[in-house]
Amino acid sequence: MHKFILRRLLLLIPVMLGVSLIIFSMMHFTPGCPARIQLGEHASYEAIEALRDDMGLNDPFPVQYGRWLGNLVINQDVGRSIRTNRDVSEEILDRFPATLQLAGAAVVVSIAIGVPIGIISATKQYSIFDNVSMFIALLGVSMPNFWQGMLLIIVFAVNLGWLPSGGLPGGSDNFRYLVLPAITLGTGSAAVIARMTRSSMLEVIRQDYIKTARAKGQTERVITNRHALKNALIPIITVVGLAFGSLLGGAVITESIFNIPGVGRLMVDSIAARDFPVVQGGVLFIALMFSVINLLVDILYAFVDPRIKSQYK
Amino acid sequence: MTKNKAVEHAISEREVKKRSQWGMVFQRLKRNKMAMAGLVILILLILMAAFAPVITPFSYYYQQLGSRLQGPCSTHWFGTDHLGRDIFTRIVYGARVSLQVGLISIGIATLIGGLLGAIAGYYGGHFDTGVMRFMDILLAVPGILLAISIVAALGPGITNVMIAVGIGATPVEARVIRASVMQVRDQEFVEAAKAVGTSDLRIIFKHILPNAMAQIIVQATLGVAGAILAAAGLSFIGLGIQPPSPEWGAMLSEGRQHLRDHWHVTTFPGIAIMTTIFALNLLGDGLRDALDPKLKN
Repeated sequence: MHKFILRRLLLLIPVMLGVSLIIFSMMHFTPGCPARIQLGEHASYEAIEALRDDMGLNDPFPVQYGRWLGNLVINQDVGRSIRTNRDVSEEILDRFPATLQLAGAAVVVSIAIGVPIGIISATKQYSIFDNVSMFIALLGVSMPNFWQGMLLIIVFAVNLGWLPSGGLPGGSDNFRYLVLPAITLGTGSAAVIARMTRSSMLEVIRQDYIKTARAKGQTERVITNRHALKNALIPIITVVGLAFGSLLGGAVITESIFNIPGVGRLMVDSIAARDFPVVQGGVLFIALMFSVINLLVDILYAFVDPRIKSQYK
Repeated sequence: MTKNKAVEHAISEREVKKRSQWGMVFQRLKRNKMAMAGLVILILLILMAAFAPVITPFSYYYQQLGSRLQGPCSTHWFGTDHLGRDIFTRIVYGARVSLQVGLISIGIATLIGGLLGAIAGYYGGHFDTGVMRFMDILLAVPGILLAISIVAALGPGITNVMIAVGIGATPVEARVIRASVMQVRDQEFVEAAKAVGTSDLRIIFKHILPNAMAQIIVQATLGVAGAILAAAGLSFIGLGIQPPSPEWGAMLSEGRQHLRDHWHVTTFPGIAIMTTIFALNLLGDGLRDALDPKLKN
């Protein structure tokens, strides 16, 4: 198991190097000079060239990439924001708790809605509940979350006044501020999880050991919860893990709608301001989080299914 | 003469068999009411996009500032937006934009991902490892974030959005097609083709890909839905298709300020996006069930 984790951690290195090279290249070849952005439109040619030299922008691409990567690996320095002149890692770490809270809350919403619906749909296959809930799940996958967010704001914040329409002030009041964004972000994943839970459960409840349990007189509740669900968990965990990872990235739009000061919002603002060091750092950071979550999901498999643990040697 | 007849007979028998395979798929698809509903909605959307100038008398950028933010009425079925433009017209023309973005993005993803995935799956070895590790790198960045980064680098606009969404969808296409090719490559008919000296390229394109087509079609159908959503999302945050192009996501974004007092400005573009994605998902699910009934459930 330890060897497996170590191997996967080592595999992260080339992946992250690849991501860093791709994102650095994209930002490097983007039109728009960072020195000009920093000095303003009316800066003289000489001043811009001097700053370009200072920032190392006149060096060849491999030299610039090597220097940036070296700084990143040795000093954990991703660069400085052109807009605020603050350390990029500081900017990102300041914003990350908001994104993590939002993604975490969205995962809770998606599991709380998706798993029970999937289980009931599977145990009552082709019933009205099954047909209606799968229809709604498909609608949930099809509904753009930015539109859903706007509808939730208009109903629950503007018309009913039950919940705040945006922001995340921190502290104990955060829960109220997270309800609408978490529902917005989590509904799509809830639909995917419901569909996956249903199909995974359907596969399991046709197995012989379920028939055996039934023949031995076990109640349906015990069969579903203890025998079927446990064995249907692997695909569900995969989907939940993937959902969590993509929710971190997908929070970009939800954070914009609800004005949440997270990493996604920071990136959208940075793109608008052509603050590329922040964009580079943000993408790299979310890619790292995404990869780590995938690794955690793989490790979680071993705890759910001992057969998989024996393969992790 | 007899030999010719025998050959003709064999050919017609093969055609019948070929037709009957796809015929069976279509028969199964026809039995699936939800999938047929999806197909009908899509056909209507395509017709709407194709005959937009016939359907509506207005142009999508024609502004009547005197009738700004008007509710639905007999002249403006879905009302007007903050610049007095007819929302129904913009939705009809928007179908062109969304379908074009969805189809071309997934066309790009299927072409690049399909080619790389097919070659990687067929040859295996170092090329396969190299391609799949590269795809792993792209997959490490969530699709929408990758698309946002690419648009940030290339700049907004319909072409760049299609490229960004297409590249964002490429790794998934490559993986699916590689897996399908790997399932087929060891089958006897491929061995037979190799044995008679057929070139690798011909084997891939003539023998393997047609047999992996089921998965490719299903993935592409569902991919178009994802691409339309991604493009709408990009437009919503101002990085996608720029005004005055009637993109549904951009229309939603523009209508945000008037959400409180003028429900119609955002409701109709939202319904348009949802209906299109819903239809594509219904058809994609139906096609998957029809092409491989074992996968149903």
